[in-house]
Amino acid sequence: MATQLKDTRQTQTLPQGSVTWPLPPRERPDVVGADKATLEAYLATAPLEEVDIADPLWWETDTNHVYFRRLREEAPVFFTSVNSNRHRGFWNVVRWNDVMAVDTNHQVFSSEAMLGGITLFDMDPDFIMPMFIAMDQPKHDVQRKAVNPIVSGQNLANYEELIRSRTCEVLDSLPRGEAFDWVDKVSIELTSRMLATLFGWPQERRRMLTYWSDVSTSDPELPGSPGKEERQGILLGMLQEFTMLWNERVNAEPTGDLVSMLAHNPATRNMPPMEFMGNLVLLIVGGNDTTRNSITGGLYFLNKNPEEYAKLKANHGLVENMVSEIIRYQTPLAHMRRTALQDTVLGGQLIHKGDKVVMWYTSANRDDTVLDNPDAFIIDRPRARQHMSFGFGIHRCVGNRLAELQLKILWEEILKRFDTIEVLEEPERVPSAFVRGYKSMMVRIPA
Amino acid sequence: MVKIIYVEHNGARHEVNVPEGENLMEGAVQNNVPGIDGDCGGNAACATCHCYIPEQWAGLTGERSELEDSMIELADTAKPNSRLACQIKASAALDGLEVLMPATQH
Ligand code: HEM
Ligand code: FES
Repeated sequence: MATQLKDTRQTQTLPQGSVTWPLPPRERPDVVGADKATLEAYLATAPLEEVDIADPLWWETDTNHVYFRRLREEAPVFFTSVNSNRHRGFWNVVRWNDVMAVDTNHQVFSSEAMLGGITLFDMDPDFIMPMFIAMDQPKHDVQRKAVNPIVSGQNLANYEELIRSRTCEVLDSLPRGEAFDWVDKVSIELTSRMLATLFGWPQERRRMLTYWSDVSTSDPELPGSPGKEERQGILLGMLQEFTMLWNERVNAEPTGDLVSMLAHNPATRNMPPMEFMGNLVLLIVGGNDTTRNSITGGLYFLNKNPEEYAKLKANHGLVENMVSEIIRYQTPLAHMRRTALQDTVLGGQLIHKGDKVVMWYTSANRDDTVLDNPDAFIIDRPRARQHMSFGFGIHRCVGNRLAELQLKILWEEILKRFDTIEVLEEPERVPSAFVRGYKSMMVRIPA
Repeated sequence: MVKIIYVEHNGARHEVNVPEGENLMEGAVQNNVPGIDGDCGGNAACATCHCYIPEQWAGLTGERSELEDSMIELADTAKPNSRLACQIKASAALDGLEVLMPATQH
């Protein structure tokens, strides 16, 4: 059996140890700058091993799906070595069942920050922020349980009225008959208000949370982003501000917000500062980008699929099912990454101890061997809840019910107010293989 | 067919016939029993089919696997008799089983 395994890696070209900063320039095909059709045509025919799908190019232009379709058919567990002097090389896992197998095998596939963590690019080794998404058992379980109550069950029901009144306020303030940016005025506005509530953070400074979220996921190489050191400084500033809140709340009666909960729970009250920061970043990013981009994506998809928009207007009862379909279709986090703790076989490929394994949720969500007609956006899709966007296994998204609730309320209130919202042009996308989202999307609500 | 009674947290009862060999999450979802979502399709990987099995049935419904155990342990509503419905298959021995549901699934 073992002799039949084809090892697709070019082991000798892998650099030893970790990559060095600044990263060497990226190897790129000469199609950079070409239009979308040309890029897609390239991805459809290029040798598989020539493509580095982690390159922001394929995400900014929303062309990556062409490559993933080919991988699902031709090489479902495939090692990328091009540009390995930047990312050490990684395994692409692209089929539903294989992603499920990795996500549910936490004994073999580790999330540990010290091994690089949970994104394709390793966590900055000079600035490791431990957070429970990037921890293995048993510590992961203990910290997750400390956070869980705020986003589950009764507590969530308590938020419902508040979320609804905020949503109404934001929607009622929107201009009519003129173009505006939906991302800024609605998606960011709603998610930042929600985050401020979760943290017990002053509402008037809510955009600081958005800023820190953007900084923590920013790519230091991109023009306009803070560099590596500047980024560390900004995040340490965040830590300082939150430490002040912590100090106020640790000796006060519990106030039910996340900072108070972390400060009072024996499992988290003695966290070292970097770990406190890590968990802050986790909750800020977790609750921010993902929901924000689902809010934008949903409106975009309805505009692209007018027959679905018509279906929704005719039957407001479809909102809940549509929310799951939006989250599937958007897949706000394109991947999660693991590190193999031992040699193992996946999809006929031999994965070595220490290898990076990237679970492409965005591809699993389009696997037509498991889902019917997955490339279509269908708001009344049967069993729409069965999607990969929240991951599976012990790290499955802890905020999923909150995200669903926010989106459900938003669409209920939109339908009460506006007959239609028009997307005026193609949205500008985030150039990232991790956060799949939008920078801006111009829309108009008819007067 | 095996008779299974799903009991919501508020006491509402749903009596359903589940084909032998089918798991109890499918049994609920296919008969529109509210409160069991089954997001992962029966892989013990989402815990949205969390339920409680009355003590007298425990011996007949099997043991938790490692993954099932981990998923249940993370739920706020976990109890010693918690199970994931997708990990229990309907069989003649389970005819008349009451499956109790938590207030919310997470
Ligand atoms: C549509 C919105 C969202 C999507 C698509 C999403 C997606 C994800 C994914 C893919 C994971 C990792 C799953 C895995 O590794 O198997 C995750 C974990 C997590 N998410 Fe979300 N998320 C969303 C909203 C939220 C919200 C609103 C919050 C917080 C309030 C949140 C907090 C977290 C946390 C804390 C984790 C780590 C869980 C753990 O490691 O045990 N997420 N999320
Ligand atoms: S259906 Fe997901 S755990 Fe049972």
